[in-house]
Amino acid sequence: MRTTLICVIVAAAALAAGAAANSRWDRVPPKVHARLNPVANKPEAAAAGAQVYRDHCLQCHKESAQGDGHKRPALRSQEIRSVSDGDLEWFLRQGDRGRGMPSWSSLPEIQRWQVVAYLRSIQ
Amino acid sequence: MLPKLQAKIPLCLCWFAASLFAILSGTAPAQDKPYFVTYSQDLEEPGNLEIETKTAIAKPGGDHRYGALATELEYGLRAWWTTELYLDGQATAQDSAIFTGFRIENRIRPLMGEHAINPVLYVEYENTTGADKTVLEVVGHDGESDLAGPNAELRQEHQHEAELKLILSSNFKDWNVSENFIAEKNLGHQPWEFGYAIGATRPLGSAASGRPCTFCAQKMIAGAEVYGGLGDTGALTLRDTSHYVAPVFGWQLPRDMRISFSPGFGLTDTSLARVYRFGLAFELPQIGNWFRRSPREGN
Repeated sequence: MRTTLICVIVAAAALAAGAAANSRWDRVPPKVHARLNPVANKPEAAAAGAQVYRDHCLQCHKESAQGDGHKRPALRSQEIRSVSDGDLEWFLRQGDRGRGMPSWSSLPEIQRWQVVAYLRSIQ
Repeated sequence: MLPKLQAKIPLCLCWFAASLFAILSGTAPAQDKPYFVTYSQDLEEPGNLEIETKTAIAKPGGDHRYGALATELEYGLRAWWTTELYLDGQATAQDSAIFTGFRIENRIRPLMGEHAINPVLYVEYENTTGADKTVLEVVGHDGESDLAGPNAELRQEHQHEAELKLILSSNFKDWNVSENFIAEKNLGHQPWEFGYAIGATRPLGSAASGRPCTFCAQKMIAGAEVYGGLGDTGALTLRDTSHYVAPVFGWQLPRDMRISFSPGFGLTDTSLARVYRFGLAFELPQIGNWFRRSPREGN
């Protein structure tokens, strides 16, 4: 009985975590999802994005972009590789305050795209 | 004595130059707005502590010049909740330098997502004396006459006040536009007083540079703010109220430092003619980690 209960709780938690992980990107409007990075494939944009990353993201996601293995997720991941540039720019703008990720809407839009270019360059 | 002092001056200059070089050669800080009165939607990043000094220098008509300093400790408790402590003081020419009280404030974002207009709720408790001259907000019929008089007399008045603000703020393109609606209540038997603050800023450069830079346009933000009183529950009016317009300028320095400057100009007879504001902010990232043992140490 006890084992069954634990299994049910673990399965429910896994389902909830999976649903939450999916819903983050499901919330991206289709038009935004399809947006192209205006600075994609420009090496200088990735270098500039690295500077912005260093200024704002490094303190949580670490220099290696591997996060802390706990609350601050790795940015070299299958999840990042599987989403569009538009999704990433949207997520930087929105943040995820419930999980501790601030919104970076105060950064100029072009800097968010530069960060996206940098994230692409390190995958 | 004099040669000793002369020897000390170049030594101090060398130390100052070395410190400045050390400061300017580090990493860059977060992008904050250089408002002095207006609040934007920006909250402190969770786990970060920002220490900021806000200085106001002014001369009320017929009274002595003063400099008032508010030292602000701002901590990001959550991504949606920032808490602050202010310690206020002032020095008046040909009078004295005194501590004038403290303020505790909390800012909470009720909506997690980013919207066209982002509301932030602000709640503050103030325990100050009548000698507080920081002018961090203007409400009711506040005027330059409130800032005049000997400190010994002004400090006799104790102000226990609660302040509520509705902050509405938008980031559109590279612009930030923020509007604050202020309601303040002296916890003694005084009426509610109202005020407003509106600000707009924009970085001078949008795209980041591929190399670390200190003097580039993207590190500088300029804009303006307008603020003033709207009377009280007895008389919701613009009559006998103070209003100011103030250009603002901010420069993001490396090593998580920021300086800001704002000359404010009074628009009505009851306003101070001019108030000059200077700000210096220093951010300590993730201070919570300083007191936490790493997992390796814990084993």
